[in-house]
Amino acid sequence: MDNASAHITDYKTYAFIWAGLLVLTAITVTVGTMHLSRYSVLICLAIASCKAMLVLTYFMHLRYEGALIKGVIFMAIITLTVIIGLTFVDVWYR
Amino acid sequence: METIDAKAEDTRSDYKGAKLGMWFFLMTELLFFGAMFMLYSVNRYKYPNGFHIAALGENLLIGSVNTIILITSSFTMALSITAIRKGNKILSSWLQLATIVMACLFLINKYFEWSAKIRLGIYPNSPALLQKEKGEALFYSLYYVMTGIHGFHVLVGIGVISTMLFFTLKGKINSESFVKLENTGLYWHFVDIVWIYLFPLFYLVT
Repeated sequence: MDNASAHITDYKTYAFIWAGLLVLTAITVTVGTMHLSRYSVLICLAIASCKAMLVLTYFMHLRYEGALIKGVIFMAIITLTVIIGLTFVDVWYR
Repeated sequence: METIDAKAEDTRSDYKGAKLGMWFFLMTELLFFGAMFMLYSVNRYKYPNGFHIAALGENLLIGSVNTIILITSSFTMALSITAIRKGNKILSSWLQLATIVMACLFLINKYFEWSAKIRLGIYPNSPALLQKEKGEALFYSLYYVMTGIHGFHVLVGIGVISTMLFFTLKGKINSESFVKLENTGLYWHFVDIVWIYLFPLFYLVT
């Protein structure tokens, strides 16, 4: 049996993550309405990525998964990055 | 741990396989939503002003409330799995019900948000939208498609979690066999992550 099925996350850990996600949401709304023009998008996406990481790591239990599942996710993210990256190369230099 | 293994022998269930299969499915979903995010990025890059003006029409309050609702529903979903693994069937059932209720609240808010826009004549291919700048029309088309498909995922989630609640009450999901509930949780958290990205892209455009 691998660690993923053996590990039970306790209620308290989930409560901390939930609180963290709410705080990050509050920060996004504050930053997003501050009119920082160009940087606002980047900051908001960075915060969104932090939130996504928290959900993936704790709620989705990724911290305790093996290399196989982590590898599948990594491959999918790389694929998406390459597709979006190449599309933008086309948009920028056309 | 050994009980899970023993159970797997008995029922020919495959815990690892079930989890891996779910993750594969979620990655196809990631690429599916990813294509739409790409379309959004390219159009936002091409029409920054149109997107800016169009986004002023978004209701930040409803967007923020829905974000809080969805994050909290993810929280109760995660808690319900811990509860069932600790053998607390009643608590797990209540937490699943709470998740379903919050998912419904999310869709009710979405209904009010959409109908307010439609009343203003803003919907795909509407005469009012076609008269506006191209970027604005594109913003709202993407808004309807992306939040619409996300909303459909929430609707499917309500159906799946309801089925899990039924299984939990029937005792089919218990402290030894819970991979169905875990996979439902994975799906629900994925839907949450998609919204985490949709929220700043549609409601916080400056």
